Amino acid sequence: MIAALYVLAQAMPLDPGRHSILHPGAPQGSHIEWLYWVIFWIVFAVYVLMILGFTRAGAKSRTDAIYPLPVFEDKEGDERAKWAVGTAVAVTVVTLFVVLVLSVVTGKKAAGLTSKNPVTIQIIGHQWWWEVVYPNPQADQTVTTANEIHVPVNTPVVILTNSADVIHSFWAPSITGKRDLLPGYSSAFWFKIEQPGTYRGQCAEFCGLQHAHMGFSVIAQSVEDFQAWQQQQLKPAVEPSNDETSRGRAVFLTHACLMCHTIRGTDAGSRFGPDLTHIASRNMIAAETLPNTRGAVAGWILDPQRIKPGTEMSPNSLAPDDLQALLAYLQTLQ
Amino acid sequence: MATTEPVIAKEKDTHDSDLASRLARTWHQPRGVWGWLSNTHHTAVGIRFMVTAFIFLALGGVLAAIMRLQLMKPENSLLGPDLYNQIFTMHGSTMIFLFAVPMMFQGFGVYVVPLMCGARNIAFPRLNLFSYYLYVGGALVLWGGLLTNTGPDVGWFAYVPLAGPQYDPGHRADIWSQMITFTEVSALGVAVCLATTILRYRAPGMTLNRMPILLWEKLTLSFMVIFAMPAVMVASGLLLLDRLVGTHFYNPAEGGDVLLYQHLFWFFGHPEVYIIFLPGAAIVSTLVSCFSRRRIFGHTPIVVSVVATGFIGFGVWVHHMFATGLPQLSESFFTAASLMIVIPTGVQFFCWLATIWHGRVQMRLPMLWAFGFFFVFLIGGLSGVMLASVPVDTQVHDTYFIVAHFHYVLIGGALFPMFAGLYFWFPKMTGRMPDETLGKWHFWLFFIGFNLTFFTMHFLGLHGMTRRVYTYLPDMHWQYLNTIATTGVAFMTAGILVFLANIFRSKRLGERAGNNPWGDSGLEWGTSSPPPSYNFLLPPTVNGRDALWDAAPDQAVVVGLRDDIREILVTHSLDSNPQHKDEDPGPSIWPFLASVAVSVTFVGSIFTPWAVPYGAPLVIITLIGWLWPHGHSPAPLPQRATWSR
Repeated sequence: MIAALYVLAQAMPLDPGRHSILHPGAPQGSHIEWLYWVIFWIVFAVYVLMILGFTRAGAKSRTDAIYPLPVFEDKEGDERAKWAVGTAVAVTVVTLFVVLVLSVVTGKKAAGLTSKNPVTIQIIGHQWWWEVVYPNPQADQTVTTANEIHVPVNTPVVILTNSADVIHSFWAPSITGKRDLLPGYSSAFWFKIEQPGTYRGQCAEFCGLQHAHMGFSVIAQSVEDFQAWQQQQLKPAVEPSNDETSRGRAVFLTHACLMCHTIRGTDAGSRFGPDLTHIASRNMIAAETLPNTRGAVAGWILDPQRIKPGTEMSPNSLAPDDLQALLAYLQTLQ
Repeated sequence: MATTEPVIAKEKDTHDSDLASRLARTWHQPRGVWGWLSNTHHTAVGIRFMVTAFIFLALGGVLAAIMRLQLMKPENSLLGPDLYNQIFTMHGSTMIFLFAVPMMFQGFGVYVVPLMCGARNIAFPRLNLFSYYLYVGGALVLWGGLLTNTGPDVGWFAYVPLAGPQYDPGHRADIWSQMITFTEVSALGVAVCLATTILRYRAPGMTLNRMPILLWEKLTLSFMVIFAMPAVMVASGLLLLDRLVGTHFYNPAEGGDVLLYQHLFWFFGHPEVYIIFLPGAAIVSTLVSCFSRRRIFGHTPIVVSVVATGFIGFGVWVHHMFATGLPQLSESFFTAASLMIVIPTGVQFFCWLATIWHGRVQMRLPMLWAFGFFFVFLIGGLSGVMLASVPVDTQVHDTYFIVAHFHYVLIGGALFPMFAGLYFWFPKMTGRMPDETLGKWHFWLFFIGFNLTFFTMHFLGLHGMTRRVYTYLPDMHWQYLNTIATTGVAFMTAGILVFLANIFRSKRLGERAGNNPWGDSGLEWGTSSPPPSYNFLLPPTVNGRDALWDAAPDQAVVVGLRDDIREILVTHSLDSNPQHKDEDPGPSIWPFLASVAVSVTFVGSIFTPWAVPYGAPLVIITLIGWLWPHGHSPAPLPQRATWSR
């Protein structure tokens, strides 16, 4: 039955898109996947042997008597069993030792930083989104964004973790193992992505009401594209170019939006929610929950509590014209 | 021995109906509601522990079924996140604190251990009754919380700062922490009772060397409980102080430490897993020997393994924290320790296999469940080997792979042996045999349903589904596997219903069992089914490891215990030679009243710290009543009970 389940599971149309331990896209994830399969086949063999043993033992020793049979002694059998059990224990110890060595060696391979000049990214967990900072000694060269982490391919990326509130855990299954974001602690780990592409990830440590919708994506791009993206992100927000977008900016600055969000180049400078200076350059909003389309953004602005009950963003009642102007403005923020 | 101590009698002298009626009078158990509140006899309290724990298994199962319905399709609107978080927290807390430990440790321990020791009652019976009512108090608080929309919503582990005052205002986490304290005090009380019973109430001749595996396991477990529970009480106690009186133990903004909580919690949390698994393993050891019609192969290695598990179990807690980012050296250390615990478990499996291999297996109902345990628990144990490896663990940690793993371990390691044990001791408890056909239906429905639900979860975890999510996006393609997992619940539910039908039917209509229907070797099978209120007309003595199998035709029994007061023979903890006689305090309402006083104090302290000074006098009054010397005339010069060949 277990074999049948296994076949069934393999036949499932599972997400081919980079959210799986078994489809790694980075050497770290590949090392771990290799280790996973090695240990899997070891324990699979052990399981099969043990189950064959119990089935064989049960079948060969079985009697159909209902009433308790007399108890018997089997000195000779005990003597043989001593050897069998002793051997089995010895094999177990050796196997465990092999697993230990493989595990430690793979752990070193996956965790050791092998090249210099990494890109450093600071990830700060919030209920329920990810603040992404590319720190730079010069403050005006620091990029701040949210939920979408752009990285260059074939370049080591060092992730520094921290949390603004509760414990979160940063996990992109196709890249490498997860790391908790602990308030009061900072830790670092690294990875390197070789194939350009988008890798999904999400919070893995229970963090409250919207733990389920706390996704992020890692977008690996060529070094040139990455640098272009970075330059683009460093710019202040696009100035409104027509009446509607001007009105949209005014709506943003006169409603609750500016209480939580930043749009650099305007008066909105709060760090409580995601930085929206370049919101139009992102694929998704609300921590990878909704596509960044006009309709989805409108729904999110009007009633975020319906989409993500418990989210920190409050509902907004905007006049239809104001809403359209605001959407138009946000769509210009490339 | 002095001539004033002629205390050996042979079997033939013991058929004394006068003695039986005198003992029945002396060991009278109150009945009805009063009996519910005051009866301190271990068989009654033990069965009550089991029935109560089973009710919570059913309630926890209902919560699980609701969660499975919610997860059956993406973005399902059956439950919102608030209710879902309460439900998954309550499911975990109920299953661990209100079902698994009370059933496997307290229930089986309290019922079986004194009988297996050949004692007339458990040691400290009032403490035992107090523990039961404290457990009921904690359970009522927790479920009362859920029913008033104040159910804890921070996970059964209640990590800070999410469970701290800042992120979980209201009383939800308070209720959780108080409930922890309740049930842990209950487990501690029973641990003291069981350790004392095992060390001092064993039948003469049952030296440590001859002690059955189940008693060894209960002894190990009692010490594990005594060492592990204080850690979680400190963890939840500090959390409560943070929440109720504004301390900052876990507040990083004030120099507190969020990892401190995790260390304290898992220092309890991992031994807890063995506190749940070892009773199952001990039941399996008992059954394998009984239904293979031979002595267990490797008694000594199994006992050493059980004790070793007890020690190593305290050295692996950090493997719950591999994702927090530890130095490599500690990662390797805890990987090695976690792998090491496979060895004693492996030894037990090999010994069971050897016993069956060279035995004559009778596939009675309990043995069928033991075989279910082999098939199921091994999957959990072996996926545990994968998790001991830090790199693999950082990937699958907090995913459905882990959910699958520990359900294989806990359902495999506790629920399968529990059903085996319930069917096995059912004749002893009720005097009637369980129905084998219904039992087989129960087994197959549950076995199939369990594997459908939980085996699929491995794949969900590998494909990135994290735990504790109330829903997921359609793009994740998890719905098919989730639907399979939900389907399994229907089978498991049907299995449980068949079990209940079997129990209710067999209790009234089952075949009469007799003293020892399975032909087992434990002393509990040496008395009638169900046992009388004094357990044994004349307490037995023991010649070997398998007490009844090794008994001589004219096996000695203990005489010299008074029949006008509740006397129990106390023996030496190592060689179990008679030392003196102890008096059982008999039924009392005070333990119940004391547990009510303690519960009121604890629950009140959720709302105001003044509940402690106001409640303390109540507790003191009930304790005075409890300890008040009772009035009967002092015993005549104590006659030393003894035993010799």
